[in-house]
Amino acid sequence: MLNVHESDVDVMIGLECHVQLNKLNTKLFCGCSSDYQNDPPNTHTCPVCLGLPGALPVINRKAVECGIKVALALNCTIQEETLFYRKNYYYPDLPRGFQISQYDFPLATGGIVHLEGEKGREIRINRVHIEEDPGRLVHKGAIEQAKYTMVDYNRSGMPLLEIVTEPDLKSPQEARQFLNKIRNILEYLDVFDGNLEGSLRVDANLSIEGGQRTEVKNISSYKGAERALLFELTRQKNILRRGKKVVQETRHFDEARGITISLRTKEVEHDYRYFPEPDLVVMRVGGWVREIERSLPELPDAKLDRFLREYGVSPVHAKVLTSNIHLANFFEGVASMIDPAFCTRWIADILKGELNYRGVGVERIAQPDFIDLMKLLEEDKITDHGAIEVIRTILDHGGDVGEIVREKGLLKAEIDETEIAVNAVIEEFKGAVDDYRSGKREALNFLVGQVMKKTRGRADPDHANKLLIGRIED
Amino acid sequence: MISDEDVKHLGWLSRVELEKEDSEKFARELDRILDYFTILDAVESDLSPLHHVLELSNVFRDDVVADSLTAEEALSNAKLQENGYFRAPRIL
Ligand SMILES: [Zn+2]
Repeated sequence: MLNVHESDVDVMIGLECHVQLNKLNTKLFCGCSSDYQNDPPNTHTCPVCLGLPGALPVINRKAVECGIKVALALNCTIQEETLFYRKNYYYPDLPRGFQISQYDFPLATGGIVHLEGEKGREIRINRVHIEEDPGRLVHKGAIEQAKYTMVDYNRSGMPLLEIVTEPDLKSPQEARQFLNKIRNILEYLDVFDGNLEGSLRVDANLSIEGGQRTEVKNISSYKGAERALLFELTRQKNILRRGKKVVQETRHFDEARGITISLRTKEVEHDYRYFPEPDLVVMRVGGWVREIERSLPELPDAKLDRFLREYGVSPVHAKVLTSNIHLANFFEGVASMIDPAFCTRWIADILKGELNYRGVGVERIAQPDFIDLMKLLEEDKITDHGAIEVIRTILDHGGDVGEIVREKGLLKAEIDETEIAVNAVIEEFKGAVDDYRSGKREALNFLVGQVMKKTRGRADPDHANKLLIGRIED
Repeated sequence: MISDEDVKHLGWLSRVELEKEDSEKFARELDRILDYFTILDAVESDLSPLHHVLELSNVFRDDVVADSLTAEEALSNAKLQENGYFRAPRIL
């Protein structure tokens, strides 16, 4: 029997990530606009993506270029000859009864993704292929109770990349880290906007050493991936703990309830009856690779190395700063005006923390505003505390730095104003001064508080503290 | 030999309900078709597979938006619809 402890179980997780190439103007096989997110259902369709008889698909060249870019960024080999297949199954989201996908002869194979960490890990990519997105199914209320399904084909035919890993991931946390890395790379390549609804969907397989693997479908977010896999891992551990065996099966992740449910699917691989799509001819894109390779932007790993060299930031900070293309660009803009050693802490620790807390992107704060704020700090015109308040105000309500500083009176008081207040406080609160002299340390806090009150919070508390001690001990 | 179970499974994959006499008939017909394919077994097997009958390759279009159908046009053949959606049986 397997002995199952938290630490010594050997977990193997493989992912199939479906990412929508949602920066393209049109769908994969037709000219319907891909900008459907805010439009009513079935307003972005045509005979091709509705699967009407006789309609012929023609591949979007740009989608293939994007696919090659991604595959190269994942260190894959682009195949000389690549083919589309029909994957046959009847489901309302597929108007033709088959999905145009790839099977043998995918676009690219055999890549590597590096994950940062204490040891650093290499996750092998099995393949990258292109396929079309099915339509979107909508149910009134819970799917189990719905009397019927409503279908919107606006999404039908959107270009998807399927990125398949080898079962190299060792924990749900690592799976999430991998997905974040993929998102980051795709956003660096400017082929993907991860904020759009439905832009990422994941199927995951998980097994514990010696057991059968289960496949979890219907994961649609980064957080969801970790939760689904944690649930599945615990479920499998519990089965093993009871001395039973995990059965190989497909399970459905119920995001609202955070659990996986057995699907009892009757379809197996050969039921898809894959065969070459007769309406599409062979693609030979090996000749495109060199030029696309040359056009690739700096990718996260390379940028991280450069930040270490060029700005002398710590590895932890370099990782945070390059974890998102917008944040990396923001940092470089600020660092061109402000000492990098100084602004790194403010961007990677403080600003990033405030952004994470709110779940928003760095677009919320304008670069010139942030530079103004850093200058105030460098010139010692504002306290750290005051600067954090400015950042929070901008993120929550907007506004510009100068205005917020004036409105909230955040500029530091001039030194002499603090001195005057210190002298006045010593005169006024003789009792507290005596208490301090006789060893009551807390009395000093009270006196500092009084100075802050007199200066309406503009004094630097450290400075007031020093002045008070100086005066009292004179 | 194609079994009754095989035919039932094929029917399910195609979402077609089959009567008992239908499935017996289809089993016989499918057997004949598969028999016919055994002719191919006589061919020497070191031929490389042909994936497409056309010699063409790399047929692409540019990423330029074309007109779509209106929702009314898209739904014009749908017997069941609701609020701009196609209505379909629920499949779990
Ligand atoms: Zn279309």
